[in-house]
Amino acid sequence: MDFILSAVIVLGGIALVAAVILYVCSKKFAVYEDPRLGTVLEALPGANCGGCGYPGCSGMADALVKAADKGSLEGLNCPVGGAETMGKVADLLGMAMANTEPMVAVVRCNGTCELRPKTTEYGGLRTCTAMNACGAGETACGFGCLGCGDCVSACKFDAIHMNEETGLPEVDEEKCTSCGACVSACPRHIIELRKKGPKNRRVYVRCVNKDKGAVAMKACKAACIGCGKCAKECPFEAITIVNNVSYIDYNKCKLCRKCEAVCPTNAIVAVNFPPRKPKVEAPATGEEVKAEPAKASVESNKKETEA
Amino acid sequence: MKLRTFRIGGVHPEENKLTDDAVTQVAALPKQAIFPLSQHIGAPAKPVVKKGDKVKVGTMIAEAGGFVSAPVYSSVSGTVFKIDTVFDATGYRQPVIIINVEGDEWEETIDRSDKLETLSAHPELTPEEIVERIKVAGVTGMGGAGFPTFIKLCPPPTAKAECVIINGVECEPYITSDYRLMLEHADEILVGLELLMKASKVTKGYIGIEENKPAAIKLLTEKTAGNPNIEIVPLAQKYPQGGEKQLVDAVIRRQVPAPPAIPVNVGAIVQNVGTAYAVYQAVMKRKPLFERYTTVTGKKLKNPGNYLVRMGTPMRDLIDVCGGMPEGDNKVLAGGPMMGKALNNIDVPVCKGTNSITVLTDDDAKRKTPQPCIRCAKCVSACPMGLEPYLLATASSLHDWDRVEKEDITSCIECGSCQFTCPAHRPMLDNIRLGKSTVMGIIRARNAKK
Repeated sequence: MDFILSAVIVLGGIALVAAVILYVCSKKFAVYEDPRLGTVLEALPGANCGGCGYPGCSGMADALVKAADKGSLEGLNCPVGGAETMGKVADLLGMAMANTEPMVAVVRCNGTCELRPKTTEYGGLRTCTAMNACGAGETACGFGCLGCGDCVSACKFDAIHMNEETGLPEVDEEKCTSCGACVSACPRHIIELRKKGPKNRRVYVRCVNKDKGAVAMKACKAACIGCGKCAKECPFEAITIVNNVSYIDYNKCKLCRKCEAVCPTNAIVAVNFPPRKPKVEAPATGEEVKAEPAKASVESNKKETEA
Repeated sequence: MKLRTFRIGGVHPEENKLTDDAVTQVAALPKQAIFPLSQHIGAPAKPVVKKGDKVKVGTMIAEAGGFVSAPVYSSVSGTVFKIDTVFDATGYRQPVIIINVEGDEWEETIDRSDKLETLSAHPELTPEEIVERIKVAGVTGMGGAGFPTFIKLCPPPTAKAECVIINGVECEPYITSDYRLMLEHADEILVGLELLMKASKVTKGYIGIEENKPAAIKLLTEKTAGNPNIEIVPLAQKYPQGGEKQLVDAVIRRQVPAPPAIPVNVGAIVQNVGTAYAVYQAVMKRKPLFERYTTVTGKKLKNPGNYLVRMGTPMRDLIDVCGGMPEGDNKVLAGGPMMGKALNNIDVPVCKGTNSITVLTDDDAKRKTPQPCIRCAKCVSACPMGLEPYLLATASSLHDWDRVEKEDITSCIECGSCQFTCPAHRPMLDNIRLGKSTVMGIIRARNAKK
């Protein structure tokens, strides 16, 4: 009997001491975790792409909860989930949704193999960063796309691909989450995040060549020559010309397409617009009028995929 | 007797010294001379002339743009045509001064006689005076990198120079400009060495020459026979012996620690023979740096040769003199085939650091298809800096910058021995160079933050 009693007393004693230690520890070293963190994290897409500027989705969740405590979700946006996810998160936190416009990556180079002929052959490592570090690349343009696809390998969403024919990358608007990985991967800083625009319609300058007009023209037939016609034409002062290259501010642009019409090198492009109405001078027989918009819409579709 | 050489790594590329018997010719004046403002390491020079100004040979056209910088002098007489940007060797645009050549009128201050001025005849030259004259003349390293020479002569207070080593190694295949210079201007080079020794307040000087230049070794040994302070060191042939750190190891058996240490931290100041000659001319003849010896070579070139070229002469002119571009696919390099930079266009001018223009044709100009790495470690045994090139290349291609920094990528001298020796033709140096420049950027940013 003695053995049983002593065993019960000793083990019971140990259990009691351990229970006290555990209790004290759990009180003393308790870490408070906001219960909202878990729910917000669940609502985020879990891509951990870092497109929001925070280290992964948990970092973003943390920032969202903290911002909610301060009273506003402004400035925070999950580019992957977009408005839908942000709406869910705002509901969970009982906040009004911050107003964010959907963005999309845009390749600002139109130097296709045809328009921008090769002047030299590069024999080194085929990545854009390596080629950019060695020199101006295989064409005479020291600003345009190098065509080795660093942006393609940087994209985690399979949204950017090289077009073999043009030698330029093309963004898939449906898949692009505007996380910005391609923007930072491009050593030439050609890719930019721009507002997706109403019905995905956008007008932008598809060139970043800072050379003077004649030099830029010699290197590439589609180069912006900084002539300033577009800036004069723009009724909304959305266009600025800095360092011989034109830039359209997407916040001011009202998509009137006047600049596109006057650009002498077609460096300004408008995507996803319905075809322009045929000009009055055009021969107006019924069939031809019908045929022309059809042809134009094919072109516009092509532009869409290129963008 | 076994000849000295550096102890770690090294390779033996085919020599191809096609022009070592070709006596140096004076290249014709160009119609238009182009002077880049950045011909050296450091801040670009600032123009001091404007469009329409008349200049003479030896007129300063741009002053030093900072402490680590060098002035640029006109090599021709004529009128400043414009100050503009043109495509440089890489294909990017760089600021230059373009001068239309008219006649050949020199500044009066330059002593154009051939008389040899010895140091003993000019006791008035103090070390400070010598350094000042070198600085004013815009002398930079003539071996290729183009570091302003006067800075090397004023080491940081933590280091003390013990000797000057003149680099007459010329381990790059094809190039013979230094060799011809040693044969044709041995006396001037020796006076240049004495000046450098006096300027850096040391008493010992060495000239390291590889064994494949016996004529130069013989000539210089004869000339220094009675001088115990100067030693001519014949070296066993191995690439990259012309690298500063390798040369210091070969000549005085001391190893330079990892960067930021430089040769002077182990007591050596290394200068190229071309620099020694330029120092002689700058100090004794008051002639600024505007001419240099350049080899124009290539197996398919009709008349390869060595030329005394006025800087600013377009490379196309020199290639035309040698018989024009050969047929087929050509690759033109500024420098030799190991470390030379491929040119994006050949209208670029000869600069302070252009020791050679090498034209590779057809198969020589093309890279071979890379195969997978079989871990044979040939690159490891070839690396003269004791690095592991295969590891650096792989980690760089995976953008693992922390790892490559830990593996001392900044010690890489970009000699290309790894890529040369690789049986799988892997583009190792491309990756390493990319990793090195990225890591250097990261280190600079980190230091700036501190």
